[in-house]
Amino acid sequence: MDRFRVLVIDDEIDFVETMVKRLKDRGLEADGATSGPEGLDLLDNKDVDVVVLDVKMPKMSGIEVLREIKKKKPLTEVIMLTGHGSVEAGIQGLQLGAYNYVMKPVPFSELLTLIVQAYERKLIEQERDS
Amino acid sequence: MFHKHYETLRIKMIVMTLGFSLIPLLALGVTIYYQFNNTFQNKITESLRTLAQNRKSSIELFFDERISQLNTIAQTHSFERLKEESFLTKVFNVMQSRSKSFIDLGVIDSDGNHLAYVGPYSEKLKSVNYAHEDWFQAVQSTGVYVSDVFLGFRKVPHFIIAVTSVENNRVWILRATINSAIIDEIVSGAQIGKRGDAFIINRKNILQTTPRFAGNLLESPNSPDFSSSRGTTIELMSFKGEESLYGAIPISNPQWVLVIREDPQEEMALLSGAYYTEALILGFGVILVILGTVFTTRLMTRRLIEAQKDKAKSEDLMIQSSKMAALGKMAAGIAHEINNPLQIIGDQAGWMKDLLESEDIKKSENFEEFDQCINKIERQVNRSREITHRLLRFGRRMETTQEMVDINHLLAETITFLENEAHFRDIQIQTEYDELLPKVSTDPNQLQQVFLNIIDNAIDAVGQSGQLRIRTSTDLKDPKELVVQISDNGPGISKEALSKIFDPFFTTKRADEGTGLGLSISYGIVEKLGGHIEVESVEGKGTTFYVRIPNV
Repeated sequence: MDRFRVLVIDDEIDFVETMVKRLKDRGLEADGATSGPEGLDLLDNKDVDVVVLDVKMPKMSGIEVLREIKKKKPLTEVIMLTGHGSVEAGIQGLQLGAYNYVMKPVPFSELLTLIVQAYERKLIEQERDS
Repeated sequence: MFHKHYETLRIKMIVMTLGFSLIPLLALGVTIYYQFNNTFQNKITESLRTLAQNRKSSIELFFDERISQLNTIAQTHSFERLKEESFLTKVFNVMQSRSKSFIDLGVIDSDGNHLAYVGPYSEKLKSVNYAHEDWFQAVQSTGVYVSDVFLGFRKVPHFIIAVTSVENNRVWILRATINSAIIDEIVSGAQIGKRGDAFIINRKNILQTTPRFAGNLLESPNSPDFSSSRGTTIELMSFKGEESLYGAIPISNPQWVLVIREDPQEEMALLSGAYYTEALILGFGVILVILGTVFTTRLMTRRLIEAQKDKAKSEDLMIQSSKMAALGKMAAGIAHEINNPLQIIGDQAGWMKDLLESEDIKKSENFEEFDQCINKIERQVNRSREITHRLLRFGRRMETTQEMVDINHLLAETITFLENEAHFRDIQIQTEYDELLPKVSTDPNQLQQVFLNIIDNAIDAVGQSGQLRIRTSTDLKDPKELVVQISDNGPGISKEALSKIFDPFFTTKRADEGTGLGLSISYGIVEKLGGHIEVESVEGKGTTFYVRIPNV
């Protein structure tokens, strides 16, 4: 598998840290951010392929962050994490261009599969663009 | 308590209605009775008065005729002529040819000498001097005299009439004896009915005629004393314990009193028929009112109880739905709060597992133990995840999709999911589908979840070897609803448990078997689809769930 870069944005620092460690352990480039603005900064500096984005966060909600991401880097794929129980948020995310949404708590293997699929789609989209 | 309250209400209603209808009815009855009675009494009194007056007139007419007859003779014939016995006889014969009541006729001079006499007692009376007799004094002062009845030596009741005439300044008297039988005859005409009586008394209360019952001639009558009556008296009076209606009317000349007695019972007998009819109508009316009241009151109370039950039922449903809504929100909130820590626990465990994969640790003595622990943590996180996801589904009430659904088909499909389980446990699932069941517009997925929950519960309730019966029908009472009936012959549900059966987290299963959300979620779904779930259970016999789906 290609080494591609994943960015995890969630206000739960424990979640972010562990996720980053495990992704790295699976041989991926991974970064973590505990707020929307922090994540967007990272996005500016690094070439991120897939973002795992929590919907419910203080300061800036996942939906707002998603809008910004799609504005800055439209090709970046985003997987929404809805712990909120609102499918609406997930559906709204899809409408705004997210790759998929998944409800917390999600088994790592499942999330990893989704991340890989998202990356594959990104590759297809890139090819089509070029 | 519930029924006692209605029983009291029912009795109150009966008493009120009976009061309001029977009191006027009875008042009317009593008024009619008295009015009737009064009118009839008046009528009896009036007829008695008329009778008395008629008889009085007849009697007075009789006397007037006799008096004027005598007067005419006295005024039109000279004293000299009349004292000739042959002429007097002639006159007497003419009088007798008109009226047999004349017994004799005599002419008396102013000194009381009986100068001439025609009649059966000429021997005894011819030379009698009446100068000292009371009647002789009386006739001289008043001109006319009528005596009381007496027997005399004739032994026949009779009386005398004497009139005076003046000729050449000399007063002489014409005197006739008259049989009183004719008076008796007039009076007896007023003896009405079987017990009526009529008689004449003089001013000394001595009978002048022979009554039917009230005693003997020339004795005091067995009746109240009317001898001093001045005007017409009609009165209900008691004499020797016997009550009678008396009518007394004075006769002017002679100074007698005509008394008529009537038996009130006999007179009122005519009225008793009317009373009987009235009482019958009244009694019938009362019975009708009572029956009607009891019947309508019973009907009303029954309706009231039904309405109250319906109200209580709909209130229960409302409370249940609002409880559901509140709990739904709470459940979603809790689920969300727990999901984040669960995610982290799961990830930590996962990371530990990743680390255990590295070779150094694999060689460690306790590697197996660590691995098992982590697996257990992951398993429990997954279990918790299942619960929170179900909680979220319960709280979320996802938008429903509507399509035309064949409920029979949906049930058959649902049963296939559970057939293996039922077969394994030796539970037979009998189905009875209404072939004419119309398709309804509803959400098949959610409805299937409801059927799954209920059937799954039923299988669990039966446990081993039993029966499930699934039946579809159109509600006969309310064709706007389809009914799916799911019955089991399990142990049934206690009353306490039954009241909480749709509450979230209420379960009778072991902690690792059920969450207590299945029926709660089902309840929420069916309510949302516009129907409702009801449950009936008899302990030891089984449980039946009724899922009512709107027929739209």
